[in-house]
Amino acid sequence: MSLKASEVQVGDIYSEEVCKNLSRTQIVQYAGASGDYNPLHSDEIFTTRIAGYPSVFAHGMLSMGMTGKMLTNYVGDGRLTKFGVRFTSQVFPGATLTAKATISEIREEDGVQYAEITISTTNEEGTEVIKGNATARLDA
Amino acid sequence: MAVDKFPIEAGHIMMFARSIGDANEIYYDDDYAKGTEPGAVIAPPTFVQASAQFDPDYFLRPKIGQEWFGSAKEPTGVTQRDGGGGGGGGGLHAEQHYEYHKQLKAGDVLAATSKAGKTWEKQGRRGGKLTFSESVTEYHDQNGELVVTATSVGVRTERPATSGEEK
Repeated sequence: MSLKASEVQVGDIYSEEVCKNLSRTQIVQYAGASGDYNPLHSDEIFTTRIAGYPSVFAHGMLSMGMTGKMLTNYVGDGRLTKFGVRFTSQVFPGATLTAKATISEIREEDGVQYAEITISTTNEEGTEVIKGNATARLDA
Repeated sequence: MAVDKFPIEAGHIMMFARSIGDANEIYYDDDYAKGTEPGAVIAPPTFVQASAQFDPDYFLRPKIGQEWFGSAKEPTGVTQRDGGGGGGGGGLHAEQHYEYHKQLKAGDVLAATSKAGKTWEKQGRRGGKLTFSESVTEYHDQNGELVVTATSVGVRTERPATSGEEK
């Protein structure tokens, strides 16, 4: 199922809880799948005593991946033409993240309709952890 | 980063999708995927990040026979090799941008080439002076067609930054 240009309006919002009480194990799972074994994400001794952070924290790309899940659930599979984010705050174990998409523009290019989307992912305290934009191809 | 061969394997896609908590069947069920618009098992939007697995020199993976800077029973005292943006003791991932030119599917084989982009500096509130550097990676498929352009921005901080610097 993909979004239809005739059924979407500027200002429309879609949001999803993309993780609840993020576990250290899920962070390890992401390390294994992505190949990024930076100890900052799984090694508490290194992270607190050597690197000086309060705790291990999630890969930014894990938060982006979870935000991408919300996007593809909203716009449909294989519909994104652009997806970009800034990591505005770290995500620590125990985080519950909500990813939100807002339609900012609907435009036509070479006879194809596209939606411009602004993205914001926040943690359980309301702190924004990801801020971004995406473009998705729409059905007519 | 240069990766000669990044095979897009169905099992790898399944594991990656699990790790981001995405239960979408298009990432693991071939029969289901056949009935969708892409018509095959596809890769999630951020999957090309896993090309690190196929980069022989990737500095954030322990290598057989080499010392690793993470801890064992206690800190090892091994100093990490400086590998640029995207992670490490003093480096963090600040931004990531993708442009999708073609649908990436299981069975494709990509090759990746990277080049350095812009660099800039900024004064942060908590991390002191911030040095940003951009890296642009192009992923081409087995037919030489451009599939994804990935732009990564890494930031180096003077001290550990425990919260966002760019609000």
